[in-house]
Amino acid sequence: MSVQNLNTFDPFAEEGDPLAGAQDVGSQADYIHIRIQQRNGRKTLTTLQGLPKQYDPKKLLKAFKKEFACNGTLVDDEKMGQVIQLQGDQRSKISAFLTENGIEKSTIKVHGF
Amino acid sequence: MADEPLFDPSLKKRKKKTVAFTEDPLGPEADPTAPAPETIESTTVNGDAVDLGPTTAHEAMKAGEDDEFKAMFGDLKKKKKKKEIPLDLGEDSGSSTPTTAPAAAAAAGEVPQITSDDLDFSDMKKKKKSSKKKAAFDLEAFEKELNDSKKESSEGKTKTKTEEDEDEDDIPVDTSHLDIVDEFELGDNPFSRPDAPIGVDAGTEAWLSSDRDYTYPELLTRFYASLHAANPALLSASSKRYTIAPPSIHKEGNKKTIFANVTDICRKMHRQPEHVIQFLFSEMGTTGSVDGAGRLVIKGRFQQKQVENVLRRYIVEYVTCKTCKSLDTLLTKENRIFFMACESCGSRRSVNAIKSGFQAQVGKRSKNKTG
Repeated sequence: MSVQNLNTFDPFAEEGDPLAGAQDVGSQADYIHIRIQQRNGRKTLTTLQGLPKQYDPKKLLKAFKKEFACNGTLVDDEKMGQVIQLQGDQRSKISAFLTENGIEKSTIKVHGF
Repeated sequence: MADEPLFDPSLKKRKKKTVAFTEDPLGPEADPTAPAPETIESTTVNGDAVDLGPTTAHEAMKAGEDDEFKAMFGDLKKKKKKKEIPLDLGEDSGSSTPTTAPAAAAAAGEVPQITSDDLDFSDMKKKKKSSKKKAAFDLEAFEKELNDSKKESSEGKTKTKTEEDEDEDDIPVDTSHLDIVDEFELGDNPFSRPDAPIGVDAGTEAWLSSDRDYTYPELLTRFYASLHAANPALLSASSKRYTIAPPSIHKEGNKKTIFANVTDICRKMHRQPEHVIQFLFSEMGTTGSVDGAGRLVIKGRFQQKQVENVLRRYIVEYVTCKTCKSLDTLLTKENRIFFMACESCGSRRSVNAIKSGFQAQVGKRSKNKTG
């Protein structure tokens, strides 16, 4: 016969930080972020971060460059992984391009002003 | 508050001065009977006397909360003025006769100005300085009227009998009210209530005196008209509008932008400035600082419109309650997670932490050396 109160589990024990082990609480890992950054003057820079693994960033960059007629580069960031950088404000074009090519619009987050 | 939560783009265009967070575009041209239905419709099926118990209690509660948002109702005053004019016309024509006041008729058919007339009677007597508006919601003015009407209540007793008769059909609606609204109503026309003969119908509509059966739409309009005339707070509670002063953006030099009223805006949203600023910086991909006067200095050139856009996104993400779309929420931090608690519906949910993404190297590399 088991008495619940005699269990080894102490319900009043300190649990510690419940989120200690979870690194990705509230993570936005599954989003594709499109951001913009201001440079000097009217110039801007667009970055695309969080591309799903099945897409080849190199090929995508090539397509972007051709399609938007801008230059761009692939940046390796230790935290963010591979990031595509494009010259100029290409946010809406990128998002349109990605949705046209079969990426869910809800996974794309466009940031900036 | 059921539909479109924020920043109606069309509304925004109309008034540049205020960022209109509109729950319901209750413009001057809006039909006072129209916006309410989502909340009350189910109870009105029988058309007339309706028990509005829970809904109105809820709204009444909200109305109380609204008090602090009074400051946000920047542009409401104008609309009140507009509403006022038709009512005055009716008043000029003597007692509360069915003489049609054009604008009111346009607004809600013939029904409203009858009821609104006699209900507003006490207000209108005072030089239309403060107006009673069906749509608008201004407790300050309301209280003023309350006091005034108390003074004049003795005068009011001498008003014609018909008005009191017409008041009668508002009673069921009135009594179903519970909280603040009820008190105000009592104060507003204290004279009409006790004298009103119960059971006598206000025979002022054209169709009311005819023999035919009343159609449902007619009765419905009549119901809403009298309801909203009697309870202005009800309408505004269901279609609240929040306005936050637009961000005031100035240029400082060539490369910096000053966001002057950031603390003001944060206070209106009940958010810590640090949180808002953090969001602004991570969204705009820039940095900055707060200067001595509490203004935010942002690196880079930004226009007011751009900052406004970012603020909107902040409000959608961190201020509006996802359950009831109310903006009356509080943000607290527990265990490194932000929780947003809604003041009006009581829901609580966690919100995403603000994460700044990849920051590309901008400017000279030599400047950016760390260490």
